[in-house]
Amino acid sequence: MAEQKALTIPLTHDQVKDLRAGDLVTITGTIYTARDAAHKNMTEALSAGEALPMDVTDQVIYYAGPTPAKPGRVIGSCGPTTSGRMDAYSPALLAEGLRGMIGKGPRSPEVIEAMKQHGAVYFAAVGGAAAVISDSINKVDVVAYEELGPEAIRKMEVVDYPCVVAIDSLGNDLYKLGVEKYKQTEPTSS
Amino acid sequence: MREISTRTITDKVRELCIKAAYDLPEDVEVLLKQGLEKEESDFGKYSLDKIIKNVSLARHDNVPMCQDTGITVILVRLGQQVKIVGGSMTEAINEGVRQGYTDGYLRKSVVADPLLNRVNTGDNTPAVIHTEVVEGDQLHIQILPKGAGSENMGAVKMCKPSEGIEGVMDFIVDSVTNAGGNPCPPIIVGVGIGGTMDQCTLLAKKALARHAGSSHPEQGYAEMEQQLLERINRLGIGPQGFGGRVTALAVHIETFPTHIAMLPVCVTLNCHAARHTEATL
Repeated sequence: MAEQKALTIPLTHDQVKDLRAGDLVTITGTIYTARDAAHKNMTEALSAGEALPMDVTDQVIYYAGPTPAKPGRVIGSCGPTTSGRMDAYSPALLAEGLRGMIGKGPRSPEVIEAMKQHGAVYFAAVGGAAAVISDSINKVDVVAYEELGPEAIRKMEVVDYPCVVAIDSLGNDLYKLGVEKYKQTEPTSS
Repeated sequence: MREISTRTITDKVRELCIKAAYDLPEDVEVLLKQGLEKEESDFGKYSLDKIIKNVSLARHDNVPMCQDTGITVILVRLGQQVKIVGGSMTEAINEGVRQGYTDGYLRKSVVADPLLNRVNTGDNTPAVIHTEVVEGDQLHIQILPKGAGSENMGAVKMCKPSEGIEGVMDFIVDSVTNAGGNPCPPIIVGVGIGGTMDQCTLLAKKALARHAGSSHPEQGYAEMEQQLLERINRLGIGPQGFGGRVTALAVHIETFPTHIAMLPVCVTLNCHAARHTEATL
């Protein structure tokens, strides 16, 4: 396995350009959760010429909707959700300076093209490993769209949050490269 | 007639909802561990290792193994000798879901209207309840919290009878190929074949409720399950879609008679967190 690289937020273009699909990374700093309904609200705000609820320049958005925190805990279980549902909204946020996205599953060609154009990276966390992932989260505050409940935008302080670089800023895509490597042809029937 | 109170039903559903979210059944965990033994890719091993650790941690700490604690699918088998007392069975089940999702700190993921007004109902109700009346004096409740990441990747096809076994198998494999890394592989593949369009989708869900890794009682379908599992695991998708050998842990087929002109097939996918709990009252 590749060596693990430690990344801190804000994530600069210089940090991103050296990352390659297949790199293991840890992320430390402030990240924002946003998923379906929050993305819809944010892109509608941009279309209406309004400001986003947070400055996304050199920031990382984590596609997640946590379970409620049990008493005495900072957060509930908080694994990544399917990123493909955000594909329709991501190019607009990348154009605003968003530098990284964390989720699970492949992305559309349009998103990959926007990532190449603006120099951004897509990280994958292990889908479903929500209890383990929550151990990397130290502080959580709702910053926008509180009415959306689990879909509200949350600001999170994370320390050594483990991810894989799934798609890099050159467009190399682990979801394609990995599958091509292990795909086996059907045995021919005689 | 044997009487069962709505209070008993509510308490049991509450308990099952929480247990399902925290405690992955052993049948699935065994398949995950066998998968780790078989997996060849580094990223596949990395993902399976994290998944297995996560299952233990969730069980130990009494927290949900996945943040998507699902829309609550409930399969009820109601004995015809049972009399429900104290109110409505449907309301008693939904009250159990309400209490379980609140008391268990589970995520409430249900919106009241699918299209025009997607407002969260705040308590994960209503549950999706399928009730079958059977002989006897028992009430059997099976709970399948269904995560959306995998559910969104399901597919239905009204095949032509002429498509036969090959056509059906190709459709199932193609559905898994199209789903790729989205449904959090390694997956369990539930397949319904036969009945009508509506019924084959329910058959597929019932297939997911089966003991993970069990075989269809008929040899022909059991062989199909095995062949499908082998074909799917040659696709190279692997755990999390990063490439590897273990894309599916099991394929389960459920069948029902159908019309001379029809061959409906439904594929329902479950992520590696193939949660299922049940109880008999």
